[in-house]
Amino acid sequence: MATPAVGEAGKTGDWRDMRPVCDHSKCIPSIKKKAACFLCWLYCPEGVIKATIPLEIDLEYCKGCGICAEECPGKAITMVNEGEKNG
Amino acid sequence: MAEVQIMTGNQAAALGAKLSHVQVVAAYPITPQTSVTEMLSQFIESGELKAEYIRVESEHSALAVCISASTVGARVFTSTSSQGLLYMHEQIHWAAGARLPIVMCCINRGVGAPWTIFNDQQDSIAQRDTGWIQIYCRDNQEIIDSIIQAYRIAESIYVPVMICYDGFVMSHTMMPVEIPDAEAVSDFLPPYKPHTILSPEAPMNINPVLFPWRRANSEGVLCDGYMEMRYKLQKSLDESRDVIISTSRQFAGAFGRDHGGMLWQYKADDAEIILVGMGSLASEATAAAGMLRAEGIRAGVVGIRVFRPFPKEDVRAAFRKTKAICVFEKAISYGYEGALCSEIKAAFYGTELRLPIHNYICGLGGRDVKARELAEAVQSSLDAIAAGDTEPMPKWLNCFTE
Amino acid sequence: MPENLFKVNIEEYMLPGQRACQGCGLSLAYRYVLKALRENTIVTFPACCLTVLHGLYPTTSVAIPALNCTFASTAASASGLVAGLNALNRTDITVVAIAGDGGTFDMGIQALSGAAERGTDFIYVCYDNEGYMNTGTQRSSATPMGALTSTTPVLTKQQPKKDMLRIMEAHDLPYLSTTSSAYPIDLYDKFVKAKRIKGSRYMQIAVPCPPGWGYAPKDTVRIGRLAVETGIVILFEIEDGKFRFTGRSKTLAEKGNKLPVINYVERQGRFRKMSIEQLRQLQRWVDTRWNEYLKRAEG
Repeated sequence: MATPAVGEAGKTGDWRDMRPVCDHSKCIPSIKKKAACFLCWLYCPEGVIKATIPLEIDLEYCKGCGICAEECPGKAITMVNEGEKNG
Repeated sequence: MAEVQIMTGNQAAALGAKLSHVQVVAAYPITPQTSVTEMLSQFIESGELKAEYIRVESEHSALAVCISASTVGARVFTSTSSQGLLYMHEQIHWAAGARLPIVMCCINRGVGAPWTIFNDQQDSIAQRDTGWIQIYCRDNQEIIDSIIQAYRIAESIYVPVMICYDGFVMSHTMMPVEIPDAEAVSDFLPPYKPHTILSPEAPMNINPVLFPWRRANSEGVLCDGYMEMRYKLQKSLDESRDVIISTSRQFAGAFGRDHGGMLWQYKADDAEIILVGMGSLASEATAAAGMLRAEGIRAGVVGIRVFRPFPKEDVRAAFRKTKAICVFEKAISYGYEGALCSEIKAAFYGTELRLPIHNYICGLGGRDVKARELAEAVQSSLDAIAAGDTEPMPKWLNCFTE
Repeated sequence: MPENLFKVNIEEYMLPGQRACQGCGLSLAYRYVLKALRENTIVTFPACCLTVLHGLYPTTSVAIPALNCTFASTAASASGLVAGLNALNRTDITVVAIAGDGGTFDMGIQALSGAAERGTDFIYVCYDNEGYMNTGTQRSSATPMGALTSTTPVLTKQQPKKDMLRIMEAHDLPYLSTTSSAYPIDLYDKFVKAKRIKGSRYMQIAVPCPPGWGYAPKDTVRIGRLAVETGIVILFEIEDGKFRFTGRSKTLAEKGNKLPVINYVERQGRFRKMSIEQLRQLQRWVDTRWNEYLKRAEG
């Protein structure tokens, strides 16, 4: 029957009106240069954030919910209107 | 040496399931099915039958359990009647759409409101659109034999099968039954292979939502829409006729008994008028045909064994030479006429056969149907035809209709 | 904190590009349910948000074997999986039934009670978003008093939330737990534990729903946290009859400083018609319940 694959609902990045932008100078793992925090990875409902240094967000599938920006303790992530430049 | 025992229809059903080595049984008791459930519990708890018995809390759950157990590859069995069958109606559709080889006995009982616990066929007739194969048994031997055949049919084409037999009239009546040899049954039934494996080795989602249109998978291959899947079910039912007939023949070869495939005939070859029925009603009709013949009327009987898929070809062939048909049935499609009668009429559409077809509704809620009453009904049909009455309304036999 | 995160199974069984809403609480929780349960699992679920998340044929967003079933029959479907797998000697697979509050508290309660009473060896997960959200936010018995839904659009829901946890406790289960989308590590730990236990295990997840509850998707974790901070949702487990608070609820029980419920209620559009009396009733209900659980934890 149905087989697993990415993008069942298409490129859900299309759903966004705002996208997350990370200022790595404020991102705690980037600052510490080691695995730390990564609450954005933890709380992403889509699992499209990679817990890497620097942080990677898969914008093809990120729906722009804004939870990562809301929860980031370093205020490193901001939500920017699609169509506008980063930050 | 074959073992013959006197047993009730319910005993025959329980034995049929046991001989078929069912692996999961889920059932809820309801009159007059209850003793099937009890006997299977006895077989399983005593170790005579190695199976999982799930004592579900409702019929809806009974069929739900059968569906998922069958999905992972277990051979399953359930049985019910009347309100229980109606309660699982949603699941009955689901099982057919899911293409699962479930075998279920329906011990025919009328439906409420108002309550009845006695026999008629309204319960299973009301399921005719669901996509199950339906076989109506005329005696207890046919019950045990048809259950065994049903697993072979179901597992080869992935369509569920409902074995119907009349409540109390057969379920609680003792008849001699030859018990098929256990080893011969095991030879007759190859192991069941599910059509889709549900397993961590190759994860899949079974029975998800489908769009109305065909849709490409992740590799760009166009896959079925809902309508294609449903078409495939219908196609399998169309093709099931050959499987039912060949299974019937192979069973006859292995066990020495032929119950007739799609339908059976009694003195129908030279009949001027034919009585039609399903289950024990058709058996009763053979006695009526005997009475009529003694009075000089060349009467015959056609017993419809398989109601779904409807045996259109076989019906056309069986009635080719007769002059009139009386369809007796223990159910009615309210707002129109007996379903069996409608379908027989429809079978002649497109042919040159034009003959009176009279419909008699009988035995609802267990009202006794005597052979003499059937014979008198046939006589009244002949009188009506002679008087030029071309389209009599369905008549309710032995019912106060004023 | 990072140590807790990094013990979590890194495998993602829920693939990107699935059909759940932006900021879906179920989506967040399900990530961790699957991480905890791992590959040797079969899930079964009815028509609900999860069906949509799993996706439409011929593609699915979840790399775990899954079987859809009718709305009332989730626990019966699971019972059949357990029976079938037993009959085939495949006892290495964990069977998980997962349904929303509609398929658990309401239509699914019969099958669930039946399966639990029979001691069926499976995990039953209820993701409680407090309404029939997949069909457009109609009320369920899990909807809290005072909430607007599409079937309580003017007067708000009149009855208090059905206490499904007490109903399930009455089934004498070896394990029962509450979890929350906002506390994924607590959830993960409980599912890892549940997987190892035999018998019927009931897991109820408190799942915030942006469109259903009337808040912005970015606040899913915040709202979920406030539910726990106010004592509306209590994180606990009952193992072999022994009750214990876990995670944030444990801290709150020890420090005794839970927030007034108004902090939770005022942030959600569904409570905008809640009356003062309903708010007082909610606070009373929360306080009574909290004290009962405090006593249980002591004993």
